[in-house]
Parts: sequence; structure tokens; C-alpha cells
Amino acid sequence: MVDFGGWELPQQYTSIRDEHLAVRKTAGLFDISHMGRLVVEGAGAESYLQGLFTNDLSPLAPGHAIYTLMCKDDGGAIDDLVVYREAANRFLVVVNASNREKDSAWMRKHIPAGVSMNDHTKDMSLIAFQGPRAHALLPQGSSATDDIPYFAFRPGKVAGVPALISRTGYTGEDGFELFIESERVGEVWDAILAEGKTEGVLPAGLGARDATRLEAALRLYGNDMDETVNPYEAGLGWTVKLGKGDFIGRDALAKVKEDGPRRRLIGLETEAGNIPRHGAAVSHERRRIGLVTSGTHSFFLGHPIAFAMVEGPSLRVGEKVTIEVRGREAPAEVVKLPFYRGSARSAVTPAKS
Amino acid sequence: MSNQRRYTKTHEWVTVDGKNVTVGITDFAQSQLGDVVFLELPSPGRKLAVRESFGVIESVKAASDLYSPVAGRVTAVNDKLTSKPELINSDPYGDGWILKVELTGDLPGDMLDEAEYKKVAEAGAQ
Repeated sequence: MVDFGGWELPQQYTSIRDEHLAVRKTAGLFDISHMGRLVVEGAGAESYLQGLFTNDLSPLAPGHAIYTLMCKDDGGAIDDLVVYREAANRFLVVVNASNREKDSAWMRKHIPAGVSMNDHTKDMSLIAFQGPRAHALLPQGSSATDDIPYFAFRPGKVAGVPALISRTGYTGEDGFELFIESERVGEVWDAILAEGKTEGVLPAGLGARDATRLEAALRLYGNDMDETVNPYEAGLGWTVKLGKGDFIGRDALAKVKEDGPRRRLIGLETEAGNIPRHGAAVSHERRRIGLVTSGTHSFFLGHPIAFAMVEGPSLRVGEKVTIEVRGREAPAEVVKLPFYRGSARSAVTPAKS
Repeated sequence: MSNQRRYTKTHEWVTVDGKNVTVGITDFAQSQLGDVVFLELPSPGRKLAVRESFGVIESVKAASDLYSPVAGRVTAVNDKLTSKPELINSDPYGDGWILKVELTGDLPGDMLDEAEYKKVAEAGAQ
């Protein structure tokens, strides 16, 4: 068990390797109830959130979700989050566990009259069933999900228990994030594992979650970005819609976009055994250019992979750099992101809405 | 001397057959490390002092130094660990052995028996 933003979570249930491979080949079940869940509603909810988030919520129809950043005035990222539009004026905002209190305080500071925000992190649980076969392996008593496109959600039932079924995730694979009343989430957890057991479904811990999200090149707040990093540096410029109207950080971000980011997040791979660790120095032609932000051994790809934040002109794919590993310089190569493209986007053709 | 396993406070084990010692890490150590992905091991012939670092074991969580529980000369390393480092996790007292060492002198006097080591591991787990 490790402490993760104040929540006690298992690094692994059995083995990171087995859990990681289960997610890639069949499906794995994660308890992600540590993620913060905030419900924002009221007549001015949309314009309020538009003023806080970098992405544009206006084209988002009810039943659809979007990934966005929330930035400070200087463009530094306060958090990355997913916003679910439940109704015209009701949004569910899912934030990082370690940022829940900071985010709530920031959001409350800007909340207008007529909009309310309530924290449902404890009464509503969140589990993620992820993998190429997750869809086929939902237990008996589950609603049909064939027509839920990627990044869409709807209320239904899983194993006979009411759930908000969302086709989202943090692994690069097809699958679901299930919002379920905390009193009953255990029933769903047990049913998924019991029915999936013979097919190879495993409960998966933080280790497998970190490895699969890194392979899919999904950023981890606190590692790959923090308040000193802006969205363009993190390679998330696509979440910044400068033309949507004013929002906090807009002017600073417009300038970053114009000047070009000073540094950027790149993908690296190394030889077996040389796992780049968070904070390790990265050098190019003997000059130090930045630091590793996330690194792990990819059991699926068979070698270590890493994100690094590096300064200066962007390095091309195939270019050689070195990373400090166990006090020595280990060779590394710049590779294309994501490291691995899972089943997520190919699962269903997003419905035109 | 018997084939019975002896342990160190730093979570290595040895079995002794005359002058020949087999070295590995304990089940408790592998469970603390988590999935092992790589080992950096010495070449046969290298001389080791007691508690000298002879290599590195890298798991998904962290890299740790390996320390020799005995003084002697390395006669063999477990080559299977190069392609299957996970043997350390699945069979730490069997196929996951790490080194064979020809002992110089005697075993250090502070090695632990099973019951003594169990107490060390239990204290470490808390």
C-alpha cells in the first residue's frame, strides 16, 4: 500500500507485470475512487467553467465529456481534469486526488451567484474497467454500451447496480469509468472480477495504472506538469482554445503560443534495465537539456520508456540523448508519442453530435 | 555445515556446501521490491568482501544495491536472470538464486537462522 494524495492505494494486487498485461490483452479493474468528483450546477454553470478551463465546453452536448486544463493567470497548470456535461447547466468535474482541495478552493474563489459546487468524492465511488475486452466482459445485468462513443457517458446499470457509465479511461484502451454510489460499488467490483476471472480479468493497482498511462502518453499531474508548466510545454496545446472567449490564463497562453514554448515534453526509450526515474538529468551532445518527468519499465513493450521535459529546439524522433541512470550516463532515443496506441479510439466511431 | 539457509539483516540468504556458497535475496526482499526487471551482476572470478556491493537489482519501483553476505570469489552467476529477472519474484530460494561464491575463511558470525530472520522481516514489514 502506498499513500497517494492522502488515499491508501495498492501498488499492485498481485504483480504489476501481470496486471499491466491483463489491461493490454484482456481487461483490468482499477479502483480510482481517490479522484476528486465535484458537481457544478446552476444557471451560469457553463460560462463559469468556460472562464476557468482552457478547453471549450460550448460544443459539448449533454452526455459527453472533455479533457481540459485549468490554469493560473500566468498560464501555469493548476490541474488537468475531465468535465462531464450531465445537463445544460450541470457538470461533473473529475480532478486529481492530490489537487482536490486546491482545485475546490480555486473554483470557489471564482464562483458566481447562482452556481453551486458540491464535492461528491466520498458518497460516489469511481472504478475503471479497462482493456480491449472490457466492453465484452461487462457482467450480467449491465446496460448495453454499444452506442456509447469514446468520451461519452450515460446512466445505466452494471451488474444490476445503478451507475453512470462513461467510455473514458487513463490506459489508452477501450473501457469504462463507472461512477457508482459508494454503498454499492463493492457489488459491482466483485461481479466484474468474478465473471471475468476465467477470461483473465485482474484487479490492477497503481503500478499498472502508471505504466499503461505512460505507454499511452497520458500526462500525470505532479510528475509531468505542475504550476510552473504551461499546457504548450506539456504538449497539451490542443486543449487550449484561445478563440473561445476570455478565461483565466488566456493572455499568458496566447503569448506562449506566439513565442513558442521554451521547453517541451518528449518521449524517450532506453535499453533494458536502464529505467529512467523522475528527476534524472537528460543531456544532448554533452549539454544538460532537461529532466525525466516520468519513467518506467514497460512490460508490454519490453523496454523502459520515459517522458522528459527538455529545453531548446525540439529534438527529432530518432535523435540520441543520454539519461542519468544509477549515477551513469545511459543512452536513450527520442521516440514518437504515444509509445503505444491501444484500443481506445478504435472501439467505436464517435457519434456526430 | 548443512544446506540450511542462513540470512542477513539486509535480506540476503545463503546456503553452504563445503566451501561453496549460493547467494540470493529473501522472499521478503522480493516482495518489498516488487516486479524485478533487471539485474547487474559481477563476472565470475571477482573477489568480494563481506557487505561489499556486487551489483544492482532494479524493480519497477526502484534500483537497489546488492551486498555480498560472505567473503569469497564468484564462481558462477545465474545467467537465467538476464532474460528472466522475474525468477527473483517467483522462486527467490530456487531458480532465482543470484551468485555462487567460493568462500574465503568462514561465514560471518552474525548470520541469522530462519527464526531470527523472520523477526527481522516482520519488523521491516511494519
